[in-house]
Amino acid sequence: MPDRSSETLDLAQRGYAHPDVLVSTQWVADHLNDPDVRIIESNEDPLLYASGHLPGAVEVDWAHDLNNPLRRDYLDQREFEQLMSRLGATPQTTLVFYGDKNNWWATYAFWVFQLFGHDRARIMDGGRNKWHAEGRPLTREVPQYKPTRYKALPRDDRHIRAFRDQVYQHVQVNLPLVDVRSPEEYRGERLHMPDYPNEGALRGGHIPGAVNVPWSRAVNPDGSFKSASELRRIYESEQKLSPDDEIITYCRIGERSSHTWFVLKYLLGYDRVRNYDGSWTEWGNLVNVPIER
Amino acid sequence: MAEYPDRLKDTLADFNFVTTRSERAELLIDIAGRFEPVPARIATRPYAEEYRVPACESDAYVWSERQPDGTLKFHFAVENPQGLSAQAMAVILDETLSGAPLEQVATVSPDIVLRIFGSEISMGKGQGLMEMVRTVQRHARSTLAEQAS
Repeated sequence: MPDRSSETLDLAQRGYAHPDVLVSTQWVADHLNDPDVRIIESNEDPLLYASGHLPGAVEVDWAHDLNNPLRRDYLDQREFEQLMSRLGATPQTTLVFYGDKNNWWATYAFWVFQLFGHDRARIMDGGRNKWHAEGRPLTREVPQYKPTRYKALPRDDRHIRAFRDQVYQHVQVNLPLVDVRSPEEYRGERLHMPDYPNEGALRGGHIPGAVNVPWSRAVNPDGSFKSASELRRIYESEQKLSPDDEIITYCRIGERSSHTWFVLKYLLGYDRVRNYDGSWTEWGNLVNVPIER
Repeated sequence: MAEYPDRLKDTLADFNFVTTRSERAELLIDIAGRFEPVPARIATRPYAEEYRVPACESDAYVWSERQPDGTLKFHFAVENPQGLSAQAMAVILDETLSGAPLEQVATVSPDIVLRIFGSEISMGKGQGLMEMVRTVQRHARSTLAEQAS
């Protein structure tokens, strides 16, 4: 018998390995005024938060808040403490991320926050689109929260982030990678915006051994995540990945692949998944590394 | 190279005065509020694929309507209800390029997207918006070619 569409299933019925990491739009609606919950919107489109957001939600912008403005790296421990202070968050605060593009940028922010070990973090299933489609309220009022004194853990990149030398070693021993870009990018038929110096690459193709699973296959048309059985069909039956595998995900700059990292790690319970944020903009520009098409 | 149309020069000058991210967002949201989708006399859903803007994640479409003076009036649809940036871009392109000399429209650089939205716009978003400019350019060039033949 075919599975019921995961769009109609409650989160608890979808068979996820770590179901607590997702919350529904109704759960968020019920916690809009909960002082122990901070709702965070992270989008690709810089106009969306200002045009209307969930009541009480603060914005975390991937470019301004998460990236170092000079080095290609993320914020450091002190900057993360300042960010959390601005958000009015303490180590006990439950952070709920949501955003546009089926939570693509929300999972990216979630991933960066995990580098600092703030594990009281959730994703609102379906993101901004689902909230909007359900006719729930949006406001343009920007909330102000009393700054906190947040003491962060030192950033720890070892467990969920991969660097190029580690990726190279990974390739050498034939461990699996998941390329979450479009099939055209994977095949090297298209280089995104070659006239865009920040994010271009000199060579097209993919890292040897990588399978291609575009990130958006993990979501339903309404933006909610597919059920665990549907996800297993994609990643395990089709791509032959296993929960015991050590896996690296990548895309162009590491944002789309953070979505797949989230799916594998939390929804399917793969413990050893890292996101390679250097991704194709680094690998496709490196001298003398192997590339497949 | 032809100069940019005056209205486009004025609009770009307005954005030169923007100093903060929130100022830019508010200005663009105000502009997007003036968006009017393509009238039914020009097109109705489902829109033909030939009018779709390539690589635009907001599902934007562009049409042009020949005016008695030989210029073009541009019309847009943005099917993604969250496509605010595409709506703002559509308004700017319509308000500054409709009725402008086609030689000028044909030379507008897609880089105006960076001057309007800022250089930190994501590549995916920037690409779609630049494709809206290129699509308008193609309409102008095609009309110029027809007029020359």
